[in-house]
Amino acid sequence: MIVVQLFLEFALLSFVAFGGATALLPEMHRVVVDNHHWMNDATFTHLYAIAQGAPGPNVLVVTLIGWHVAGLAGALAATVAMCLPMSVAIYLLIDRWEGFAGARWQKAISLGVAPLAVGLIFSGATLIAQAAAFGWAAWLIVAATVLVALKTKLHPLWLIALGGVVGLSGWI
Amino acid sequence: MSDKARESQSRPDLRALFLGFSSVGLSGFGGVLPFARRMLVEERQWMSADEFNTQLGLCQFLPGPNVINLAVIVGKRYQGLAGAIAAPVGLLAGPFLVVLMLALLYDAYGSLPAVQGMLRGIAAVGCGLLFAMAWRMVLAIKDKPAFLPFTVLVVAAIAWLRWPMPLVMLGGLLLSGGIAYWKLGRK
Repeated sequence: MIVVQLFLEFALLSFVAFGGATALLPEMHRVVVDNHHWMNDATFTHLYAIAQGAPGPNVLVVTLIGWHVAGLAGALAATVAMCLPMSVAIYLLIDRWEGFAGARWQKAISLGVAPLAVGLIFSGATLIAQAAAFGWAAWLIVAATVLVALKTKLHPLWLIALGGVVGLSGWI
Repeated sequence: MSDKARESQSRPDLRALFLGFSSVGLSGFGGVLPFARRMLVEERQWMSADEFNTQLGLCQFLPGPNVINLAVIVGKRYQGLAGAIAAPVGLLAGPFLVVLMLALLYDAYGSLPAVQGMLRGIAAVGCGLLFAMAWRMVLAIKDKPAFLPFTVLVVAAIAWLRWPMPLVMLGGLLLSGGIAYWKLGRK
């Protein structure tokens, strides 16, 4: 059944979501577009964009994917699958974990995970560009966004709104 | 004031946890963490700035959505199991409904060229924001000669070779965590 499949796929992903849901974009794409053919590249890009423009944690992109695949049940299944396993683990482990603070293996994992998470975020950005098949105008926007985001303190919401308006004009 | 007195003074009940985290979820555009910090540390003073940094460090280290993990920790601390449910549910419920409304709009109007253009524009900005975030994270990596190669390997395996991420992460974590463990031991 598709809802169960959706739940299991996303629950598995939640255990490797170092760097949050954003880091999962490439793998979600692989699962829902390439493996299961639940949607095409364009729809995946659109859902990602909607999640960007909406309030709330980035993880809600999985809600949209779930909705598209299996309606309300899919939205709930995907969201719960992504959030519940680690929440339960943290609930059970937090007290013990705090006692390990500063242990060598804990520091080692923290140090070791960081470069992997960066790679995942970078892959996520690359994947969106590929899936959306950006032309030169879109790449111009990407480049301008990178510059503004790194050089100024402008709130990202302004950039997102601006991107939407430029896109509305049909240039991209 | 003793810790106990301070805690009883600002100890949130279930309703406060739910509403506090709801406000965070609904106001957080483009990343919720800054809003979570403002609510927890400045407005309601459920945590000190130091506690926030420590707990966040822990959440960032674990897989899963950071801010939801944080909500579980704060909820558990003040109201046990019920709190650990109320806080993340509060965080997600509002945005969940908003996103579903947007999904309905998308189902109705998503095929219009103007809407598709708008979404492509937003996706381009989102893509730029991701590259910028990745770049900032690259700058923050400690001991770049040892660990930056792992970033490159992950990009090659995931973006180019399209290997399954659970395997890549497991292998990567064993190697890169192993090197980190070894380096920590040498100091």
